[in-house]
Amino acid sequence: MRAGELIGSDRGARTGGPADIGRAWAVLDGVMDPEVPVVSVVQLGIVREVGWDGGHVRVLITPTYSGCPATEVIEADIRAALETAGFQLPRITSRLAPAWTTDWITEQGRQALLAYGIAPPSGTASKRSLLEPAAVIACPHCGGANTERLSEFGSTACKALYRCLDCREPFDYFKCI
Amino acid sequence: MNPLDDKIQWLLRLGDSALIQGQRLCEWCGHAPAIEEELALMNVGLDLIGQARNWYEYAVVLLADGRSADDLAFRRDDRGFRNLLLVEQPNGDYAVTMARQFFYDAWHHAALSGMAASRDEHIAAIAGKALKEVTYHLTRSAEWVQRLGDGTELSHQRMCAAVERLWRFTFELTEVDEAQARLAASGIIGDPAQRAGAWKATVDEVCGKATVPLPAPAVPNYLSGRNGLHTEHLGPLLAEMQYLQRAYPDARW
Repeated sequence: MRAGELIGSDRGARTGGPADIGRAWAVLDGVMDPEVPVVSVVQLGIVREVGWDGGHVRVLITPTYSGCPATEVIEADIRAALETAGFQLPRITSRLAPAWTTDWITEQGRQALLAYGIAPPSGTASKRSLLEPAAVIACPHCGGANTERLSEFGSTACKALYRCLDCREPFDYFKCI
Repeated sequence: MNPLDDKIQWLLRLGDSALIQGQRLCEWCGHAPAIEEELALMNVGLDLIGQARNWYEYAVVLLADGRSADDLAFRRDDRGFRNLLLVEQPNGDYAVTMARQFFYDAWHHAALSGMAASRDEHIAAIAGKALKEVTYHLTRSAEWVQRLGDGTELSHQRMCAAVERLWRFTFELTEVDEAQARLAASGIIGDPAQRAGAWKATVDEVCGKATVPLPAPAVPNYLSGRNGLHTEHLGPLLAEMQYLQRAYPDARW
């Protein structure tokens, strides 16, 4: 990432057809998050824009967390998937603003998380305030609301560790930010 | 000092503080009192090191002297570091670690809040992203200060001792220097007096709930992180953190 890429700008010129752009989106929807391999980078809201730039497909991505070690892997996976699909030398840029929010995770992505045993983010990020009690998180296994938080962080920075007091199973919660 | 120098020094203040605090947290790896705490400390450290990288990458653009973000992290001596004195203090027991985290988080949250609307769009972008992460850090460390402070007799004693031990370094958290005033006047950072007030309000509220008495406000002394005058603890930390790049310059894997 370079400082000049921190801010998005609307570059209009596109020489590729809408069908190419649509196909690129479809390819990207097949690129899974390396740490949560049931949701795609599109479903997670990491891919912000797909366009055409000087004869090459242009993909704009945003990191989830500042220190997320998966960011570089995601970029490499996106590049490999596009090249395999015939998009030569894809141009991948990263930007920080507007900052990624779990509000961008699609409904399909939320269902995939749930089916994988990870409770999806509860509520919307904009409504949270500092030092307030945590929301009730439903168990992804039995659906029970009788859960408790074990740790603010789980296996990755984006998750917290919970357990269900009904079915006694532990589970990850995808934090709302 | 010219406005560009003010800005670079401030970026180093932010980047160095995040990096050194992150490095201190990494020292707990394999030694934390519980697996959940270990995960949390490492993840907070990871957030901070990622933020440091963002600040450094902007700083090197402004420095324009050929140095990279890695050069800033691994090729500067202690006198070149601009971090808060607080974050270089050793981990101590868990009360010291969490009290240090809390004092830093409260400062960090207030500082980032004041920069999220910066007229410098790069600073606004990095701060806006970091603020989400740091809000979570602050919630967590504030909970720990309360849990230990208002816990058992022993945990209360430990938290009180931790606050007392770290308190003298907190003068930097409410300090307003001329460079900060100039940056604030040009809309690059928020009002430093407001930041100082927010820090004090958060600390008063949380330590009040934690039944931990606070000493009189800390006063400046001959040490100064922003001038590179550090405590004796920074040198050994850098020696460990920088070892590989010092012994094998430009090593890659």
